[in-house]
Amino acid sequence: MSQIHARLAGVTRVFPGSAGHGDVHALGPVDLDLARGEFFSVVGPSGCGKSTLLEVLAGLQTPTQGAAAFEDKPIGAETPEGVGVVFQEDSSFPWLTVWDNVAFGLKRTALSGAEIETRVRDALAFMGLKDFHKAFPAQLSGGMRQRVCIARTLVLRPRLILLDEPFGALDQQTRLLMGDELLRLWRETGATVLLITHALDEAAMLSTRVGVMSSRPGRFIDLVETGWPRDRDSRIVADPAFGAVTARLWSNLRGESLKAMGHA
Amino acid sequence: MTRAGAWRLGLLAGFALALELATRTGAISHTILIPPSAMLARLAGIVAEGQLVDDIAFTLLSVLTAFALAVSTGFLAGIGIHALPRLRRALDPFFATYYAVPFFVFYPVMIAIFGLSKLPVIAIAYLFAVVAMIVNTLNGLDRIPRVLAKVARVHRLSWADAAWNVKLPAAAPNLFTGIKLAIAYAFIGTIASEFIMATSGLGYSIAYAYNNFDNRTMYALMLFVVALVGAINLGLYEWEKRLMKRRTGR
Amino acid sequence: MSKALDVAMLIAVLIGLWQALNWYAGDVAISSPYDTTLHLIAQFERPRFWLHLAESIKAFGYALAIAWIGGIGLGVWLGAHRFAGEVAEPIVVALYSLPKVTLYPLVLLIFGLGISSKVAFGAIHGIAPVALFAMNSVRNIRPVYIKVGRTLRLTPLDAARRVLIPAALPEIATGLRLGFSLTLLGTLLGEMFASQRGLGFMIVNAIGLADTKTMMAVTLLLFIFAGTANAILLAGERALHRRV
Repeated sequence: MSQIHARLAGVTRVFPGSAGHGDVHALGPVDLDLARGEFFSVVGPSGCGKSTLLEVLAGLQTPTQGAAAFEDKPIGAETPEGVGVVFQEDSSFPWLTVWDNVAFGLKRTALSGAEIETRVRDALAFMGLKDFHKAFPAQLSGGMRQRVCIARTLVLRPRLILLDEPFGALDQQTRLLMGDELLRLWRETGATVLLITHALDEAAMLSTRVGVMSSRPGRFIDLVETGWPRDRDSRIVADPAFGAVTARLWSNLRGESLKAMGHA
Repeated sequence: MTRAGAWRLGLLAGFALALELATRTGAISHTILIPPSAMLARLAGIVAEGQLVDDIAFTLLSVLTAFALAVSTGFLAGIGIHALPRLRRALDPFFATYYAVPFFVFYPVMIAIFGLSKLPVIAIAYLFAVVAMIVNTLNGLDRIPRVLAKVARVHRLSWADAAWNVKLPAAAPNLFTGIKLAIAYAFIGTIASEFIMATSGLGYSIAYAYNNFDNRTMYALMLFVVALVGAINLGLYEWEKRLMKRRTGR
Repeated sequence: MSKALDVAMLIAVLIGLWQALNWYAGDVAISSPYDTTLHLIAQFERPRFWLHLAESIKAFGYALAIAWIGGIGLGVWLGAHRFAGEVAEPIVVALYSLPKVTLYPLVLLIFGLGISSKVAFGAIHGIAPVALFAMNSVRNIRPVYIKVGRTLRLTPLDAARRVLIPAALPEIATGLRLGFSLTLLGTLLGEMFASQRGLGFMIVNAIGLADTKTMMAVTLLLFIFAGTANAILLAGERALHRRV
């Protein structure tokens, strides 16, 4: 089994222009090797193509040039088996209970009813949703709903988890705590994680490695190894090294963010 | 029952009571309005004697046929039009104008096409109801959040699975509105064309009673229509509220 | 630009369908687009037609004024008083979806055989959608707007004029447009039954005399009137929606 779990090789994405506008070169060329079991975060200015990168890995967008692969197999126009995705927007199904939301993907597998029940129960317990299994998403807070979406992905035991700014809509305290849960999930499942975020502290705290992207068309301008221990949690923010990592990310990103805002 | 529901019921009961008193005391002349109790008595008589049962059955069957056709074909047409954005852009102004035109005037055209049968009435009621279903299907499809379509792809759902288990429930609130309006318009289309043009059915019977100064029968049938449509509507309203309560948390 | 072309193409298709129907069913059932248009133009030279037209315009004008003003008044009141709105909403919805034509004899008995019955009947049709949309527009005003008005220390009158009405207007405009269509429908229905004047009467009379051409010509006129008015109202409504 190769140590490289997922790979982007020379990936670009160009959106054809509409009337009066030229083509939009959104991404790349980007090369990226995700090692099996690593926690990789992507930070970059708004509109730099971070989500496009994620959607290429998820099989939701096909690259204009270059190729993407997961477990040595090329990624086509559909999501590969073993890849799970959590989106920024609330994507829980409002017409299903929390339990049915989480069981949604499992019911489409060959697993037995008993096995489905066990997995759903475990996932609900893990995400702290045990007492809410009968509730509908509308009765929950935004953070709780995002947990439902994470649980829905988790129960399928994905080997690669893609998260597109999953905590973007949450307040800072909730984000830090959700970050802890994400670390716990990563440790216990052994999955490879790719996290898109705009929060530098989040990237610095959670990741094994952080990729910094340039303004559009996005490419990696720096790759930062954090060197944290595997059993870290949000208390790492007190470590002086944390400040150094965050500072390095920002010094790379500041110029790009200004460009993205139209200065420069 | 909710407090508002109780108030509503009280309000309607009070209104009926006020009418009863006003007509009994002669404040409102019997040539204009008869007491609600007399309407009820006459309605019971109509039902018990089996008079007009054919007309009532005829009308309800027409409504049901037009409604079922309108919902099924309107839903399919909505899906088709949604897939063709250019056609849709061209159709939008027509949909917006549609309900300003009195379709009943095409009754003779319908007779020329379908012959003297139930079909002209059903055709008009169908034409009246179908556009409401199309428009609301379009609205529903517009409002399916993109992210839910992505979730369906990420779970590698088949086309049918995604349509049935993600898109349909996501569009359901608007589809429900379409169904509600289709019922209402099927009733309006059927009864109005019977009232003005046809020679049988509930609408015709009301117009016939009016022309023959048979106020008791006329009001009994009016009460029947108002109560039936009102009950169907209130039932749907409460049902929808209960369904939406889970989805909106309110 | 291409949108105008699409609409023009659609109109061409509809006229084609009409012509096809004429070939299929014959002149007795449905007159051809060409004949109908000529007949409609010829109507404008007949004084009697002008009498009917004037009667319809008058009845529709009064009915529309009542439906619009009454509907906004009722809707704003029900929107501002949450409980009253909760009690009344299903009743207004029921009025909206009732086959109101069954109630027309009652209207005739109350208002008599004349223009006031048509006005009342048209207004009954139009008032429900106007009231429902006005009610929702008031309910949906974002509370933060009201707070902004208060922090800027606006007088209640200024708050209404500068903040609340502009915020509620787009949705009210939608209700006014629907109310327009339904008021027209109601007024015409009123003219079609137990009336001796107006375009609705002309249609029913033509049907009775098997005068298909006149029936079609008047219907065409109504189509054009309703379509044009709707397009204008829709354009105004979209401009309001864009602003908010």
